[in-house]
Amino acid sequence: MPTLAMPAPDPDILGRASEIIERLLAALPNDAVIFDPQETRAYECDALTAYRCAPLAVVLPRTTAEVSTAMRICHEMGVPVIPRGAGTSLAGGALPTADSVVVGTMRLRDILEVDTANRYIRVQTGVTNLSVSAELEASGFFYAPDPSSQLACTIAGNIAMNSGGAHCLKYGVTTNNLMGIRMVMADGDVVDLGGPFLGGGGLDILGLLCGSEGQLAIVTEATLRILPKPEGARPMLIGFDSAETAGECVARIIRSGLLPVAIEYMDDVCLRAVDTFANAGYPKCAAVLIVEVEGSEEEILHQIGRIHQIAAELKPVEFRTSRNADESLAIWKGRKSAFGAMGRLGDYLCLDGTVPVSKLPYTLKRIGELSREYGLEVANVFHAGDGNMHPLILFNANEAGELERAEAFGADILRLCVDVGGCLTGEHGVGIEKRDLMTKQYTADDLAIQMEVKSVFDAHWQLNPTKVFPLEVSKPHRERAVSNS
Amino acid sequence: MNIEEATTKVPRFGVSPTDEAELAAFILDSHARMASMRIAGGGTRVPAEAVDAGQIISTSKMSGIVTYEPGALTLIARAGTSLREVEDALAAEGQALAFEPTDHRAILGSEGAPTIGGVVSANVSGPRRIQAGACRDHVLGVRFVDGRGRMIKNGGRVMKNVTGLDLGKLLCGSYGTLGVLTEVALKTLPLAEAEKSLKFPSVTSREALEVFVSALATPFEVSGAAFHAGTAWLRVEGFEVQVDYRVNRLKELFSRREIDIVTHDASRAVWRELRDVKHFSSSKDAIWRILIKPTDAPDVMEALRQLGGEASVDWGGGLIWFSGAAPSAAVRRAVGAGRAMLVRPGSLPAANLFPPEGSAVVRISAALRKTFDPAGILNPGLMGN
Repeated sequence: MPTLAMPAPDPDILGRASEIIERLLAALPNDAVIFDPQETRAYECDALTAYRCAPLAVVLPRTTAEVSTAMRICHEMGVPVIPRGAGTSLAGGALPTADSVVVGTMRLRDILEVDTANRYIRVQTGVTNLSVSAELEASGFFYAPDPSSQLACTIAGNIAMNSGGAHCLKYGVTTNNLMGIRMVMADGDVVDLGGPFLGGGGLDILGLLCGSEGQLAIVTEATLRILPKPEGARPMLIGFDSAETAGECVARIIRSGLLPVAIEYMDDVCLRAVDTFANAGYPKCAAVLIVEVEGSEEEILHQIGRIHQIAAELKPVEFRTSRNADESLAIWKGRKSAFGAMGRLGDYLCLDGTVPVSKLPYTLKRIGELSREYGLEVANVFHAGDGNMHPLILFNANEAGELERAEAFGADILRLCVDVGGCLTGEHGVGIEKRDLMTKQYTADDLAIQMEVKSVFDAHWQLNPTKVFPLEVSKPHRERAVSNS
Repeated sequence: MNIEEATTKVPRFGVSPTDEAELAAFILDSHARMASMRIAGGGTRVPAEAVDAGQIISTSKMSGIVTYEPGALTLIARAGTSLREVEDALAAEGQALAFEPTDHRAILGSEGAPTIGGVVSANVSGPRRIQAGACRDHVLGVRFVDGRGRMIKNGGRVMKNVTGLDLGKLLCGSYGTLGVLTEVALKTLPLAEAEKSLKFPSVTSREALEVFVSALATPFEVSGAAFHAGTAWLRVEGFEVQVDYRVNRLKELFSRREIDIVTHDASRAVWRELRDVKHFSSSKDAIWRILIKPTDAPDVMEALRQLGGEASVDWGGGLIWFSGAAPSAAVRRAVGAGRAMLVRPGSLPAANLFPPEGSAVVRISAALRKTFDPAGILNPGLMGN
């Protein structure tokens, strides 16, 4: 059995299920409310598939007003709400409970305004990340955050998790590219924050909302900063015979004053998987870096020259620069198919801790040692430039006890990340997965004030109430909220 | 604890704690006594009369750089560390704070040394904000003491971190009303190897805006776009070959316009003055900082000029600096959907410095302040009730 517990559903709410569904049906278009158990099963989990529970109902609104109606009804009836984007969370952020209503943003799909003169796009948040950049294609602009799930994941989810991606070393993560939002509060109130200008002047509530994992409100519209597309981009591949040297190369590139748009790392376990399944033609060595630079032809050549110089001092086993678009695709192919390729090796847990770049070599070494102790193989593939690691722990879910062992190994890796000065999660969020580790990174007071902030927005603890904070820590808040509601 | 009487109009007690625990003890005690305090870093940014408090707390003795790792682009400093010390340490390693904080001493006529804690608590960002982001975009983590005397840590020292709620963003720009910062972790960036500016003499504000819209739609990473007194400026930074290439491409783009090129040190000097709004330092009138949708800037500047006074532009049109004696209500009417902050009151009352908010945001902001500071003792009156 997986080790993360969810509290038992509230029998009172379950007893009122048909009443709750009737009220939702009466106030919303019929096709916006899903309650047939056959259909609600599609929403029983996100990408953390080891944990599943169908909700009481699912609401898929098409407008902010419909989101508000659904929230108001749930508020009045004391029903927990689980916000959901595309359900690609790897941390269980969108995992329902049996006594909850899932409010999904996926039908909020309109592009509301494109303003290249003022460099923003305003969208409903159910649009996918990739479709935002697709919308901008002809104008010469793009939206920078590019999480690897960008084909499926929605802007709502990106805001909830403050998503990053491969190119955030240069362009920042969602919070650095978010100018304004329209959000629906737990009681159905609609509130606008920010807008098509840089900053506001009052408290940065927008900054607080970004990355709040559906704890504070549901975001239905977003004003996103857009950037002119670079003239060109080119990746290079650098192979090393030790993980530590690869880590050192990352630190030296950053130290040199260059700011590549991406520095990706893959270790030998990952390289083998990618070689077998994606036929990427990567060198057989301990670690590979993919470094991408941007600019005009002249600028690209200049940067490649400087990176070559830095890498050469560390005696790489291979230094391969793309010469054309096909070769660029080939260099990226393995990295982009890494998670899929790993999946074909078996089940895996994908972690997301971040460490200071200077601690990468030590952390990699220690993960190797832990891997031997637990007897579970681990592959490392991650955004090295910002220290955001993604160790993939391989296990066999059909083998009794292996998932539990993998989870324990994962927790040890995350504790290690915190011990070296890093954090539990760089871009996937806490969800349920890292909930119980929060006390490792934060003191009781650190967590108390975060929960008090949640109460400012959601006094009755109805929004995603059993996520992010350890259950025993949030229990008094959740119980007080229920007795007040 | 060092307690001394400061000389202001109202007798106040000044306190300069030497560490976080001492600060926490003082605030815990003040919370119990409901004794309010004005929080000062270097005391260079907030007009003293804007805060009505019986005590002054200075962070100046909680100072020093804790860690600086150039290879990880990370610096951690205690809040009272002078900005100068931080910038010198970074420059020695060829790095800088990319958000280029404004030094407010010129326009406020204040003395003292700006601190890194003050920069963060006021979210101070200069011309490069359009390209590199604001101060808040470079805050990786904070330590602070809230209004109940609790010592709180949030965020960390790494570039990517979504572990729990992002209180660092909330503290940044909260002007001490949520807590007293004791330590900040910031992202640093390489200092550009070269810089050049394009100077467009004798243009109108409308022409300047056209230049900005075109230039900021190019891939040349323009890192400054400002306009004052009939001259528009664009800045390009990077390594040598890059800057030359980009400047040439921009000159081609604006081939119909008269352009002078200003290089390296001269360019730096120009942007330092624009950053610090030196051009309004001799005025005695109020100074406003107005955030606005860039293409609205020419109309708003016109409306402001009709009130009497002078306006300049930064952030490619997204920021208007206005110096004039018109009453606050008239200025706020003239900026329409823009957001006007009174930076220097001049002859205007030092109240309602911050732009008005909608009722829902007012309610949330007030509830947040009450959560962090239930007794209302931190910089009372500065940011609303």
